[in-house]
Amino acid sequence: MSILLSNISKNFGTFAALDHINLEIPEGELVALLGPSGCGKTTLLRIIAGLESADQGRVLISGQDRTDHDVSQRGIGFVFQHYALFRHMTVFENVAFGLRVKPRRDRPSNDVITKKVHALLELVQLDWLHDRYPDQLSGGQRQRIALARALAVEPAVLLLDEPFGALDASVRKDLRQWLRNLHHDLNVTSIFVTHDQEEAMEVASQVVVLNHGRIEQQGSPSDIYDHPANAFVSRFIGQTNIFDMEDQDTDWLQTAGLSTAHQKGKIVHVRPHDIVIEKSSANSDAFVTLKDWQHLGALIRIELVKTGANGPAASVYAEMPNDQFKRLHLNKGDKVDLRIRHAHWFH
Amino acid sequence: MSAVTQPMNPAKLVARQQLALQDADWVRWSLIAIAVSFIGLFICLPLGLVIVKALSKGVEAYWAALSEPDTLAAIRLTLLTALITVPLNTVFGVAAAWAITRFEFKGKSLLTTLIDLPFSVSPVISGLIFVLLFGAEGWFGDWLIAHDVKIIFAASGIILATVFITFPFVARQLIPLMQEMGSQEEEAALSLGASGWKTFCAVTLPNIKWALLYGVLLCNARAMGEFGAVSVVSGHIRGLTNTLPLHVEVNYNEYNIVGAFAGASILAGLAVVTLVLKTVLEWQQAKR
Repeated sequence: MSILLSNISKNFGTFAALDHINLEIPEGELVALLGPSGCGKTTLLRIIAGLESADQGRVLISGQDRTDHDVSQRGIGFVFQHYALFRHMTVFENVAFGLRVKPRRDRPSNDVITKKVHALLELVQLDWLHDRYPDQLSGGQRQRIALARALAVEPAVLLLDEPFGALDASVRKDLRQWLRNLHHDLNVTSIFVTHDQEEAMEVASQVVVLNHGRIEQQGSPSDIYDHPANAFVSRFIGQTNIFDMEDQDTDWLQTAGLSTAHQKGKIVHVRPHDIVIEKSSANSDAFVTLKDWQHLGALIRIELVKTGANGPAASVYAEMPNDQFKRLHLNKGDKVDLRIRHAHWFH
Repeated sequence: MSAVTQPMNPAKLVARQQLALQDADWVRWSLIAIAVSFIGLFICLPLGLVIVKALSKGVEAYWAALSEPDTLAAIRLTLLTALITVPLNTVFGVAAAWAITRFEFKGKSLLTTLIDLPFSVSPVISGLIFVLLFGAEGWFGDWLIAHDVKIIFAASGIILATVFITFPFVARQLIPLMQEMGSQEEEAALSLGASGWKTFCAVTLPNIKWALLYGVLLCNARAMGEFGAVSVVSGHIRGLTNTLPLHVEVNYNEYNIVGAFAGASILAGLAVVTLVLKTVLEWQQAKR
């Protein structure tokens, strides 16, 4: 079901956690609320869930105003960062809980409940754990059970608060892919909160970037990466080199191919992979020296230092595939030539 | 890049501490000897003496002292007091712990401090407060006399004083536990469609039950054994307003040694039962 947030604000004392948020989430999307800690993303999620109340604004779920509905009446499923499984119940009873607490007239029979719970446990591939207690499970297993529990009540909207935040890196990677596939199969409108831009880009079909209680940009992952709306988004989504065209000596950037013809501001962001490096010929007057490099798996991150007569020394980062770097036969201290392929201008 | 640092295995942690804290043999043995002889001298010996004194004139005299109408009345009043006080303070304690750990409100730290008040005030003063409020010369004295309600020198006063004295036990047990547990399980239950009451019964209560029972047990032990506050409001009317501890004192002052110690033996027995139950509960809690 679609979600519409109109003019949501929330203050904690004098601190504005959310500042007039307007957001529309179409049906069936898997949306990431992305932002640094303290940006208000979790508060927003909890307001959608009804676990927190907004100072002003309305929450509409599939066209109906649910602002004044209790959390138990909103038809949402909520998954917590620390799982929040009922520790005194078995996995089976945890998943069955939402069905068992339904009012008598809506409550399915025991047979139906048993079938449904096992089906959900199959869905999260953990039926073999049905008689265990939460503290006998690993973090990844707990989170999958928590998801099955939330899905049991067939929520209109699935809300996940940093669902992979408490997990190991390798488990996190697996679960991301798994969540994406699950969403593809179930197609339930889902919103998850994360501070990890990589996670947001990998899992979500739509990303909403928040900062200081405001929405900075909303769009598909590639939209946000390729066309960041402002300097904050550009900085937050992935690594970038930042040059201030007013403070710095900029001749070398222009030598490197940065076109100032279409200058749209005074700050330039250049992604590391948009910088191409080549070995300079021996008698070149290049300003840039190779300082060091690090392996990032398939990529090499190259640390360069710009020296020269004008302006202070500056670090520049570039990235390129491993084999390409090897072919250049570069050593530490070599002079290199830069070529900037693409840049973003901001005010 | 592990997001959580795994806590060290508790067993390993203990072993490591033990190595680090290994003292010389003579230090360990003399500390153990001091502790054991202290417990023997100040706890086991008096407890044994209570039994010996109670039975000093034979088992018949012991039974006669216990089946005396005044003793029976004292036992009844003590049980009645506990029966009313403990459920009341269980409800109050859970409510207070819930309010303090689940809500944010002004004056919360004041409330937390006030819960401890009965522990920090001398019981005699607690008793006196009730006399000042409900006694013949007290604030509500005239009104109470006019409506023929008796609180001071009556069972109701004893119950009131006991409720006041034993209020902190349940709340004190629950607050740290509920703080540590957080409210996410309850939020999860609510998001799954459970009502507030159902959430409390199905999620909160099972999680706090051992601590709650422990608090109830301590509350009960104190309710039955309370002397100071009850002594002030009771008026020591034999067969009417004497609880068991007061009955013991009255008998002792009258040199009725068997009577005094027979009563004391019941209280001591209660203490032992409490101690055993407490150990069982602690063991249950540790098992979880």
